[in-house]
Amino acid sequence: MSNNPDTWLTRFHRLGSPPRLYRLAGTLLPYALTICGMLFAAGLYWGLVLAPTDYQQGESYRIIYIHVPSAWMSMFAYSVLAGASAVSLIWRMKLAEAVARASAPVGAAYTFLALVTGSLWGKPMWGAWWVWDARLTSELILLFLYLGYMALVAAIDDRRTASRAGAVLAIVGVVNLPIIHFSVEWWNTLHQGPTVTKFDQPSIALSMLIPLLLMAGAFMFHYLCVVLTRVRVEILESERRTAWVNALVTQRSS
Amino acid sequence: MSEFFQMGGYAMYVWPAYLVTAAALVVTLVGPLRRRTRMIRELSAVTAQRNTQRPK
Repeated sequence: MSNNPDTWLTRFHRLGSPPRLYRLAGTLLPYALTICGMLFAAGLYWGLVLAPTDYQQGESYRIIYIHVPSAWMSMFAYSVLAGASAVSLIWRMKLAEAVARASAPVGAAYTFLALVTGSLWGKPMWGAWWVWDARLTSELILLFLYLGYMALVAAIDDRRTASRAGAVLAIVGVVNLPIIHFSVEWWNTLHQGPTVTKFDQPSIALSMLIPLLLMAGAFMFHYLCVVLTRVRVEILESERRTAWVNALVTQRSS
Repeated sequence: MSEFFQMGGYAMYVWPAYLVTAAALVVTLVGPLRRRTRMIRELSAVTAQRNTQRPK
């Protein structure tokens, strides 16, 4: 064992110190916001103006540029919520608790958007706003999982107990993710099968795939911005009585 | 230009979808941003009060 204290482990631990994280998140945020805005501008222009009309669905297919990124992010945010919950249960890491709490409301928003935009796409294409199809139903269950997590965490007064109870719920709910993903293969659904994430070759034209990926990137950066901001709020909340927060706010107001 | 807004007859589906998305994305981001500013303001008020109450 070396006596050098500056190993990767100590560096990792110092990264976990709240004032450092608060500052780091504050430094990264403007860049993330800028990239997010640029991706949205490019993706929207390409998707709504440049991309060709679909030969089967006409212009209605353009909902894909918000529907698919929302659906992807609804599952990605849930994976982060569950992963951070597992880390917080095993290592009692405060940062992981903050990330889990930060992911839930925005993840619920993505799930809601996937359902609403899907409904607005389903009406002209399938002739129905809603069908009890396996893909739609499992996505609706995902929304209830998010809402259940938020209600449970809000209902318990003690912050750490609340986070731990929520973490267990979030981890149990992970079984829903493969169900959503494979629902279009396991059951005979009205919802179409995967077009982009097929292993052989995506069955979507490049001129439509590029704006879709730009929009997916924009949503990813939106999520990053939300998590960075909410983690800062969480840190301020839990560290409100410490000397460094005291110094931070007096320096701000003077 | 008006052809663009008509979306080949699907305007009543495409534009609401985009509007809902824009609203949700803005609300989820602006909410926490404003909450942080508000919290800094509140905390600085509390700190200032505590500092004046403290006997010199």
